[in-house]
Amino acid sequence: MAVVPSLMDSLFQRSIDDVIKGLRLCPPGTESIFISKSLDEIRREIKSTDPQTKATALHKLTYLHSLHSAEMSWAAFHSVELSSSAAHSYKRVAFLSASLSFNPSTTQVILLLTHQLRKDLSSANPHDVSLALSTLSAICNPDLARDLTPDVFALLASGKPFVRKKAIAAVLRVFEQYPDAVRVCFKRVVENLESDDMGILSAVVGLFCELTEKEPRSYLPLAPEFYKILVDCRNNWVLIKVIKIFAKLAPLEPRLGKRVVEPICDHMARTGAKSLAFECVRMIVTSLSEYDSAVKLAVAKLREFLLEDDPNLKYLGLQGLTIVSKTNMWAVLENKELVVKALSDVDVNIKVEALRLVMCMVSEDNVMEISRILISQALKSDPEFCNEILGHVLLTCSRNFYEVVFDFDWYVSFLGEMARIPHCRKGNEIENQLVDIGMRVKDARVQLVHIARELVIDPALLGNSFIHGVLGAAAWVSGEYIELSRNPFEIMEALLQPRTSLLTPSVRAVYIQSAFKVLTFCLSLYLKLNNGNGNVVVASSSMHRFTKESFVNLMNLVETNLGPLAGSNEVEVQERASNVLGLIKLIKLIVFGSEGDNVKGEVEASEMVKLIFDAFSEDLGPVSVNAQERVPIPDGLVLKENLGDLDDICGGDTEFSLPSSFSIVKLQKMDAAGTSDCTSKEESETLTESTSLLAEHRKRHGLYYLSSENAGTVSNDYPPAIDPKDKDADEAEDLARLTEESLVIKKKPNQARIRPVVVKLDDGEGFNVSAKKREVEGGDLISGAVQEVLLGNEATATSSSSRKRESSKKSRERNKQQHGHGKERKSQSTGKDKEHDGQGQREKPKRKSRQRGDGGALPAQSS
Amino acid sequence: MIRGVIIMNDQGKPRLIKFYEFQPVEKQHELVRSIYRILCSRAENVSNFVKVDSLFGPDVRLVYKTFATLYFVFVFDNSENELAMLDLMQVFVETLDKCFSNVCELDVVFNFSKVHTILDEIILGGQVLETSSSEVVKAVEEISKMERNANSILPASWQGR
Repeated sequence: MAVVPSLMDSLFQRSIDDVIKGLRLCPPGTESIFISKSLDEIRREIKSTDPQTKATALHKLTYLHSLHSAEMSWAAFHSVELSSSAAHSYKRVAFLSASLSFNPSTTQVILLLTHQLRKDLSSANPHDVSLALSTLSAICNPDLARDLTPDVFALLASGKPFVRKKAIAAVLRVFEQYPDAVRVCFKRVVENLESDDMGILSAVVGLFCELTEKEPRSYLPLAPEFYKILVDCRNNWVLIKVIKIFAKLAPLEPRLGKRVVEPICDHMARTGAKSLAFECVRMIVTSLSEYDSAVKLAVAKLREFLLEDDPNLKYLGLQGLTIVSKTNMWAVLENKELVVKALSDVDVNIKVEALRLVMCMVSEDNVMEISRILISQALKSDPEFCNEILGHVLLTCSRNFYEVVFDFDWYVSFLGEMARIPHCRKGNEIENQLVDIGMRVKDARVQLVHIARELVIDPALLGNSFIHGVLGAAAWVSGEYIELSRNPFEIMEALLQPRTSLLTPSVRAVYIQSAFKVLTFCLSLYLKLNNGNGNVVVASSSMHRFTKESFVNLMNLVETNLGPLAGSNEVEVQERASNVLGLIKLIKLIVFGSEGDNVKGEVEASEMVKLIFDAFSEDLGPVSVNAQERVPIPDGLVLKENLGDLDDICGGDTEFSLPSSFSIVKLQKMDAAGTSDCTSKEESETLTESTSLLAEHRKRHGLYYLSSENAGTVSNDYPPAIDPKDKDADEAEDLARLTEESLVIKKKPNQARIRPVVVKLDDGEGFNVSAKKREVEGGDLISGAVQEVLLGNEATATSSSSRKRESSKKSRERNKQQHGHGKERKSQSTGKDKEHDGQGQREKPKRKSRQRGDGGALPAQSS
Repeated sequence: MIRGVIIMNDQGKPRLIKFYEFQPVEKQHELVRSIYRILCSRAENVSNFVKVDSLFGPDVRLVYKTFATLYFVFVFDNSENELAMLDLMQVFVETLDKCFSNVCELDVVFNFSKVHTILDEIILGGQVLETSSSEVVKAVEEISKMERNANSILPASWQGR
């Protein structure tokens, strides 16, 4: 039974103040009860026909909605109803509730407001008008915009500046929702550029500032008007906006820059307003960077900012310098001390900005010094800033294949140092770089091995889970370049130490694999020892003596430590441990000899071991991301665009995760090379349909899965780039074959020491994904309409057709980038707008990797 | 443009929320909470600007200032000048001060719609309308007078067009 409101309840409606007070007095935790009680009351009261009651109810509801998230979409119609009230205060309540609660795309009663809004827009009471304009801009949708354009148009010429400036502010929203309104209103908007009233002028330039943000070119014809304002006006707000407009226009038209540079410098020098001064500076260093004298003045101004005590000004000064650094590096260098001082500022904003600037200054000559300063700063800082520093340093040093690094020995030690910093969270990046350098920079390997040894030996590090990734890399390095190590035994002990049980399974697997390599290496030494009839063989300059006894001890060590792991629950660990133990069994045959008829076994074992060793002595190099695409598709093979069918076949189990720590090859879909070097084992576990089909896939495309170990050809964590070959081949030839591209050898002229060779692949390895900026659809349509108005009807034809090309291009881009290229190239040559050219240029680097017109192999980069 | 204006107290309770691009009210409160978290961690005597790309999109910043127990927050993008926004915030606070004579948090709490009225005279659709606090006060007083006379007969000149 519904509760009948008592007489008291209906006589005394609670006012909004009562509600607010009630909420404040609520015991904590009971607010929601209070609110729902109030909402119940409101629901009753709002249906009343008395406008006072209704208004109060709606007012309370709006308050609860806005500040306490109460649901009020059910009351939308009541807002509409109340808005027709003659009393301004009720109207205000109604429109406020509409502005704060209506959703332009979903509230269905919005259109019912149209009539009322129209009435109020043409009211004689300026406050009614401004209420309507304010509401319109808050809830505007395309229909509302279309219906009310004529009314707003009328207000753009209103005799009351108070009303006119609000109309100008509101018309922007109308343009956005209904671009055709531009055709109607634009002329009047432009006329307002000549207004004497600062409020109106401010509103107009504000409007143009917004419009030029999205599509500046269309507003170039208005430059003369803006210029007049720039030179004549004295109002700072107006000037700031006009300067922003010129910042967007000047790059499009060189003559414009020439004309505005003086007035702007003038303003910058004379104004007392820091805001205006800063805007001038910003404009000059962004868009007028080729005018040296102007830039000098701007930088001097920035220096003033930097010397201020006010942190806001310091911060903006640094931001300004960041912008300058892109074009005029000298400006930053000139203010070096101030920037470095800012690194230790209290304010996080300032610190980060200073850090960025310091990174800009990094060059080959000073990278070591700067890194040193930064690391000492990092050690003193809180974790967040510390990692900010580390991140930036890692990024800058590795940029463009370690362009700034001359002394790799130093850099490698530095990486080790960074990994040990307590707050370091950049283990992933450090790990990648260690491996990357190992592969690319041969000369750095000795030092790399040295650093890796230090990391691997230290038992304390194993307890720190953040550093596990780096340890994995260190282990890999130790194993891969074991021939450069001074004491393989020590490495082996380190790799097998008991605390390695603390490692995550994937890292542990790497440790075991490295142990495998070390074992193989020692074995080969042992064999040489044997063949040399007991002579001690020294493989590297400071290698320890190898006796049979030491080798046997080694084997026992391995067996003891890895024996238990052969039963481990972790697949990777178990497999690798088993492999190593299998190898040991083979080795025992060789080392201990055997009686009589197992001589044959011994010979076979030797042969196998030799093959394994040869496999590991192959130099691994970087593989291009695009290498996959260069594999020619055999005739008769049809490649599908996407492999959605695969999902059906494999029962949804299409996610193959490979230990991705060191893989540089980005495995794409299964473009088969057709040849499989590794024999694959069939899945012998549970034979569900999906796994047997999976097995089929493996047979066909074995290259792209890790096959389980068999005697011979497998490298550690990634599929081999080429067949393992005889290691006696010439080193240079080896690399050439590996990379299939020409090497880029960098030599510094006039240097006593030659910078190590950094192996790069010629096609840039496709790591850079060009970021595309999608233009706002509305902006595009507005600019089309604006061009029409400003340039007359000839613009209509090209703008609408270019619009069509734009949208079709966009839809093509949204799908796959395949066949579109021919057509896109055509449109770029005729397009008037630079935006097409801009997009075209961004397209070009992608085309390189897509040499086959169709055939559907997806490029490495994403769209 | 200005993306939003928020007044909240130093406990994070919102006192005024106005966004100039539609957001559902739950999202609004979420944004307010995120902003509060950011402001809490700011030290004293640091710059008043914070980048809020992650909350609002690229190139969006906010400027904040503490007045008594309230945080005033203006969220804006590239078409506004940072220092000008600080000035505008000053105008807003000064206007509140004049309208409520030595404004304090309670004034803002109990004058929900009047504060909105004042704000609507300064910013419309994300665009700055008025930068002089005395002009704003004038307009607001006119409106108040009008509302007080609402129940009396409307002047003939205002009836009809």
